[in-house]
Amino acid sequence: MRHAQQAMKANGISGMPVVEDERLVGIVSMDDVIQALVEGRTDSPIRDYMSRNVIVLEDDMPVSFGISYLDKYRFGRFPILNAGRQLVGIVTSRDIINALLLEIHREVERFEATYSQPQLDGPGFTLEYTTRGFDFETAGRLSTETKRQLKMRNLPPKLIRRVAVACYELEMNQVVHSHGGTVRVEYDPRNGTIKIVAADRGPGIVNLEEALTEGFSTATEWVRSLGFGAGMGLSNTRRVTDKFDIQSTPAGTVVRVTINTPEVSNEPA
Amino acid sequence: MNLRELPKVLDLEVLQDTFDDRPLSGAYTSDLLSDVMAHANDADVLITIQSHKNTVAVASLVGVGAILLSNNRPVPEEMIQAARDESIGIFRSRENQFVLSGRIYRILNAE
Repeated sequence: MRHAQQAMKANGISGMPVVEDERLVGIVSMDDVIQALVEGRTDSPIRDYMSRNVIVLEDDMPVSFGISYLDKYRFGRFPILNAGRQLVGIVTSRDIINALLLEIHREVERFEATYSQPQLDGPGFTLEYTTRGFDFETAGRLSTETKRQLKMRNLPPKLIRRVAVACYELEMNQVVHSHGGTVRVEYDPRNGTIKIVAADRGPGIVNLEEALTEGFSTATEWVRSLGFGAGMGLSNTRRVTDKFDIQSTPAGTVVRVTINTPEVSNEPA
Repeated sequence: MNLRELPKVLDLEVLQDTFDDRPLSGAYTSDLLSDVMAHANDADVLITIQSHKNTVAVASLVGVGAILLSNNRPVPEEMIQAARDESIGIFRSRENQFVLSGRIYRILNAE
């Protein structure tokens, strides 16, 4: 325990993971050191004082999970394991706050650069929304808003549904698989088309043919536990659209689809 | 039978009561949201274990009237709020999807 205390002091930290053969076996904190001190047993091995029931996070979980865990369990830190259950790091609330502040700053800059008022008046419209990787909270906004706009223009319910399904799948694909991107919907009644363009910032699809195969999925376990990642997103999109085109490089994937709309009368609804 | 009668008949907890009543003529059981979007066309009730906000979005997309959550799953407040906004009922049961599907199937076939 004396050794643990010295290591924490030298590194300016208040807790450390305890590892045996690359496997995490516990966490020892300043509180444990104090306890050993009180009992006059600073020469005891760490294993006598460390906490063994450690709550861990996985390295591919979104930061929002980390925040809710910090809130829920009130621990100062969580060890991070990879898929092979090896300890790969440790996260504290301070790490998260720093990272989020940086990200807010970047987001504001991006927003300022790309902000444009959507065209919602008149018979046609254009809508564009930004998605972020693993942000399930705000995903689906485009689909909801598109549905509302099409309903206001009295398009047939079955057609609205096809458009909404395509939007939702494309949004969710970006959330589950990409670093984020944009999805844009453009309804042009004169051409009789609704075009959706989903463009993300990578990492790209390795094998397009596999990705288009129903049931094939690269989604992680915890994404699947939410009901996503069934391997049906792209095939569902293709099924409900009249034209479907996909291009992918490591810099990003672009999906372009078109749904033909019936001819509309001159008066907008 | 109507959707509003279902909680009484199957002894379900009603967690969100703001929804339009309609005749109950079909149901769909799935935990995969893409599968729901692809196949739940004529469902009035969606039987699932997925108790989160995105289930409401998908239910609203396909026109489901109520979501029936199985296995007594805890339901986050934001899901209930989203369902209220979209006028989709939320019911909950201790039973699993198999039992719930079977009971609803029997009701529909008896009519």
